[in-house]
Amino acid sequence: MSAATEVVVTGLGATTPLGGDVPSTWAAALAGESGARTLENDWAERYEIPVTFAATIKVDPAEVLARPEIKRMDPSTQYAIIAAREAWADAGSPEVDGDRLGTVVSSGIGGIWTTLDGWDTLRERGARRMLPMTVPMLMPNSPTAYVSLELGARAGAHALVSACASGAEAIGYGVDMIRAGRADVVVAGGTEATIHPMPIAAFAASRTLSLRNDDPQGASRPYDVDRDGFVIGEGSGVVVLESAEHAAARGARVYARLAGVGLSSDAYHITSPDPDGRGQVAAMRRALEEAGVTGRDVVHVNAHATSTKVGDLTETRSIRSLLGDDADHVLLSATKSMTGHLLGGAGALESIFTIKAVSERLAPPTINVANPDPELQVPLVRDTPAELPSGDVVAINNSFGFGGHNVALAVASV
Amino acid sequence: MAYTEQEVLAGLAEIVAEETGLPTDAVALEKSFTDDLDIDSLSMMTIVTHAEDKFGVRIPDDEVKNLTTVGDAVSFITGAQA
Repeated sequence: MSAATEVVVTGLGATTPLGGDVPSTWAAALAGESGARTLENDWAERYEIPVTFAATIKVDPAEVLARPEIKRMDPSTQYAIIAAREAWADAGSPEVDGDRLGTVVSSGIGGIWTTLDGWDTLRERGARRMLPMTVPMLMPNSPTAYVSLELGARAGAHALVSACASGAEAIGYGVDMIRAGRADVVVAGGTEATIHPMPIAAFAASRTLSLRNDDPQGASRPYDVDRDGFVIGEGSGVVVLESAEHAAARGARVYARLAGVGLSSDAYHITSPDPDGRGQVAAMRRALEEAGVTGRDVVHVNAHATSTKVGDLTETRSIRSLLGDDADHVLLSATKSMTGHLLGGAGALESIFTIKAVSERLAPPTINVANPDPELQVPLVRDTPAELPSGDVVAINNSFGFGGHNVALAVASV
Repeated sequence: MAYTEQEVLAGLAEIVAEETGLPTDAVALEKSFTDDLDIDSLSMMTIVTHAEDKFGVRIPDDEVKNLTTVGDAVSFITGAQA
């Protein structure tokens, strides 16, 4: 895209297993903390679920939101609203014409607590007891709709769905909205609240969850030889995207440029990534091309790396295949080792980590890597943060989803 | 055992407060659900659902449109108890 509108990031917000906002989440990530914990409930016994832990949200939304908000929003929307409010305030609550303000807040799965609570109510108590707010609470566009209501955003309220790539794809779509001239400011991100026995049992049935019940904090271990699956997490990340012109006109603080969006689809298998990594390579290549940079400029990758046997290695092979020798100077971070896997929230939270890494020149650590997989093909940041070089740098956030969705976002320093 | 009008008002005020965030003492007999308490139709149906549950009564949909004020609802619920 020639003379494309430059898009910058001016606000960040999150609520995660590591903290109730971005500063606490980022500090915990740099300190190498784990957000995984044993679940304090009887699900495992009651339903014979083989997994007894998860990366649950650190700050209960009831501490942050008004009671009526809790009652009329599914947890996935509650998390998104918390993150969006923080991001908006962090951006300085910009004055913007509502017709030029958009929202793109995705969830991979939607309001599943509401869906399943509604089904329980119907079966146990009948249709008269069904709450009238059930449909607007369970619909997967509820988070983006509520954010648009809150901010008076009328340029469009969207919710792209691509499983675990949803949060990153939402940010990519937000960039596109600004580049296409449909908005000056877009609030974009992802959210998920699936720590409910049904989805845990379902992921366990697909044999993708770690079963390390005796060591929750050591369970998410991307690139370690003993990794045995992902740790289910929850939470939300939201960013404020803005045309560089709009941000400059109001003197906004800019974290980084969202310089390139790369999208592709594997068309290979409904859950497994294409082992050749063709789709992953294509997504990263497209992101770098759109950003107008080369592999030599890339200093950091926030990996999708969920701690599964196959997925982690496919990704590093893809990075090596795209960057060749330039991959030697890429610092790879797998932050799901600390946050668990936020599913539809993951791509957004990891975009925030990538933006922070570029703006503070610090790549967050990957914890729990006692014995790195010998097939790992890119230098991994372990245990403590690693400094990124000064000067103009580019980082990539990769997010991949069941269904073969690949999203790579190129973040450039300012 | 039937609830008194006072008990129905107190219980209804709790339900309305929970749904809207208003203080319970704002839910007085003469208040209009829509004009004074700013309750939309979906919230009204939520309140009705909770009220049916709490007081063990049935409030038919046709009846809901007649419940303009809190007092209307209190009278209906009190009268509808078996």
